[in-house]
Amino acid sequence: MTTLATVDVAVIGAGIVGSAIARDLAGRHLSVALIEGRDDVGDGTSKANTAILHTGFDAKPGTLESRMVARGYHLLGEYAERTGIPVERTGAVLVAWSDEELDALPGLKEKAEANGYDACALIGADGVYTLVPDLGPGALGGLTVPGESITCTWTTNLALATDAVRRGAQLLRGTRVTGVESHQDGVRLETARGDVHARWVVNAAGLGADAVDRLFGHERFTVTPRRGELFVFDKLARPKVPLIVLPVPSSRGKGVLVSPTIYGNVMLGPTSENIEDRTATGTTEEGFDFLLSKGERLMPSLLEEEVTASYAGLRAAIASEDYLVDLDADARYLLVGGIRSTGLTAGMALAEHVVGLLGATDLDLTERDDLPEPPRMPNLGEAGVRPYEDAELIARDPAYGRIVCFCERVTAGEVRDAFASTIPPCDLDGLRRRTRMAGGRCQGFYCGADAASLLAQGVAQ
Amino acid sequence: MSAELPVEHVAVAVVGGGPSGLTAATALAPVVDGEVRVIERERETGGIPRHSDHPGYGLRDLHRFVSGPAYARRLTATARDAGAVLETEAQVTGWDGERRLLVTSPRGRHVVEADAVVLATGARERPRPARRIPGDRPDGVYTTGQLQNLVHLHHAEVGRRAVVVGAELVSWSAVVTLREAGCETVAMVSRYAHAEAYAAFRAWGRATHVPVRTRSRVVSIEGRTRVEAVVLEHLDTGERTRVECDTVVTTGDWVPDHELARLTGLDLDRGTRGPSVDGSLRTSRAGVFAVGNLVHPVDTADAAALDGRHVADGVVADLRGVLGESDSVPLLASDDFRWVSPQRLVSGQRTPRGDLLLWPETSRLLPVVVATQDGREIGRARTAWPAAPGRVYRVPASVVSSADPAGGPVTISLRSTDLRRPPPRRAPRAR
Repeated sequence: MTTLATVDVAVIGAGIVGSAIARDLAGRHLSVALIEGRDDVGDGTSKANTAILHTGFDAKPGTLESRMVARGYHLLGEYAERTGIPVERTGAVLVAWSDEELDALPGLKEKAEANGYDACALIGADGVYTLVPDLGPGALGGLTVPGESITCTWTTNLALATDAVRRGAQLLRGTRVTGVESHQDGVRLETARGDVHARWVVNAAGLGADAVDRLFGHERFTVTPRRGELFVFDKLARPKVPLIVLPVPSSRGKGVLVSPTIYGNVMLGPTSENIEDRTATGTTEEGFDFLLSKGERLMPSLLEEEVTASYAGLRAAIASEDYLVDLDADARYLLVGGIRSTGLTAGMALAEHVVGLLGATDLDLTERDDLPEPPRMPNLGEAGVRPYEDAELIARDPAYGRIVCFCERVTAGEVRDAFASTIPPCDLDGLRRRTRMAGGRCQGFYCGADAASLLAQGVAQ
Repeated sequence: MSAELPVEHVAVAVVGGGPSGLTAATALAPVVDGEVRVIERERETGGIPRHSDHPGYGLRDLHRFVSGPAYARRLTATARDAGAVLETEAQVTGWDGERRLLVTSPRGRHVVEADAVVLATGARERPRPARRIPGDRPDGVYTTGQLQNLVHLHHAEVGRRAVVVGAELVSWSAVVTLREAGCETVAMVSRYAHAEAYAAFRAWGRATHVPVRTRSRVVSIEGRTRVEAVVLEHLDTGERTRVECDTVVTTGDWVPDHELARLTGLDLDRGTRGPSVDGSLRTSRAGVFAVGNLVHPVDTADAAALDGRHVADGVVADLRGVLGESDSVPLLASDDFRWVSPQRLVSGQRTPRGDLLLWPETSRLLPVVVATQDGREIGRARTAWPAAPGRVYRVPASVVSSADPAGGPVTISLRSTDLRRPPPRRAPRAR
């Protein structure tokens, strides 16, 4: 069988967590392979994240998740400034709609403090409506979480993976791991495209983490795909939702959130439904009805706005209430499993944690002093200056003045850059995640055919 | 930031180079002192007809019967000959003042400052997400616009078996395009009791039998990579059927491209969702006008073009400062209609072509239109043409000519009748 790579560490899964781990390890005196079963990085559970940079205020105190989210919040916040990952510090408010929910708020404030987050404040109904005047009637009070922020999960994933590759990690896309053979000095990973030999293997396979874990002979957890459906409303609705509006967890079940998105839209969702099928990313009638009924209560005027897109994403839920990170020294294998949606925030902290765990092994973890600068990512955020509105940039290169996606104002220059980038897209969804191309309200009415031909040209290059 | 941008001053800025915008520029350029500029985001002017390579254009405005692309070329040439400046690949992305437009093009980012602005940004079909159709997200789901673009401009393959959602005029245009691309339409889906524009298509002379599922809606789409089927539900019986297909075209269900109108805070009409206008096509802001399918989504291309001709008088009067603020009476549509255009009546003002435009929610073979004000009937008209969902229904504006300028809102409704039959055959009008 062909040998694809022989490395010190192989990381399985190029989502947020796997990319962050590969990036960190590639910054040391190690050779690293980042192995992804799909054709693109961040194409699994990471792409369907609600893209909130969490403070960790509502984590279960004392858990690994609590520590990782709190630490990751700062790590990713700093990394975002250096790389240009868009972040909007909108803040959040939990809104109580019943006495039970209202009574739960002080406890949530205490929980936040137990998690080391002291900035929450209880507010009355007046305060809630001052923050979100368009909220539906009936709110009784709220709890503010000023640090909660919105970001771009696609850019975060791509920045971490790009950084890993520029630091020397070998990215293997379309390379699904099908078999494992451990031996004294390392592990041989079988994939459809050939073998990867590694001294150590990190499993960050997200929805597939339990399957990979079983290849290593373990029987300790099952990933239950949890489907979350959500609506993305038109940008014209954005002024109605100036910050993240969160539900209060209660006995009536989990509510849904209404949040601005970094692209200037409004998101309503997600639903939460445990399913069997790990490829079931379709939306459902029941999901839509549920969201519309919730939306009707939360913000009736939002439902008068146009829906730009609807998505269904799968989150990797496991029975445990915490992340499942475990080192199996004999098998030269490290599991990073059960990372739910907080993994976007926690990813870089988990990478740090993984390096700490590997410190006791035969790997040389000293940091390199010749690291390249982190990548400067294209800005997909609506709050920052985008190429189409940058007069100097357009004067230097007219391609940034040629708008090819009218709704999202994506320029020919950005599409060109995406195809010339370290990790170019290989399909329209990949191009959308890198540029926002064809992600807007017309859904291809104007640009769909152009997008297809741009894609064909770009992939051919 | 915009303070540092170059500012270009024009007399009239027309936003959008489709039939209504080009025709407005053609009418204005010879009579206005100063530049009349059409700002178009696509590479070429002409708008939607550029993608509709079948005859049916130009009847009312040019008194010809030509194809969409030919019509687009002709309107472009006429505007240029009249002295209008056509700036293509230029998108107005926002406002920098009441009549100052922020523009991005390969030539740079700049501000166009105009004495008068004419919004002619048109309408688009609601795509699948906006219709809230759940299911898988496979390839093979298009709007008519996207389909025609793929087939006519890019000569791309579509599929073999299509389901067309909607049975409006434009839906039949989609059927024709599908046929040209070698794709059979196995069903059309309409929520109405009668296919809205079936007869029109038959008169076109290109029909074979396409089954229309009336009183039905699409419940979901199936297929992981490519469309495999749609599930339909009968609205009255709730019965569901699965129809195998590899292509779905969501047609009609028009929504105006009102982003610029809304961003600058113009009053919008709840029915059309476009800017509210009076008979001169003036919006709620002095010096800002709106024409074409932005204000009546959608009428045919030639009717939109005639708006462009009509708006010129108001724009010229505005530029001369003689179009003052005038009292207006709100014009409302009853539940028989989704919308009426214009939405404000100004005493003595003529409407485009002397008509009121309405979008019916029900069918009437021999409609009788009634106008009421303050509980009193002020006008009544019988039209020789039917009213049917899926197309504009026009009524002479004389039906409201006796409205009291000091009175309350005027409401337009259809006289109730048991007569519900599909509209008769009549000549087609392409969009």
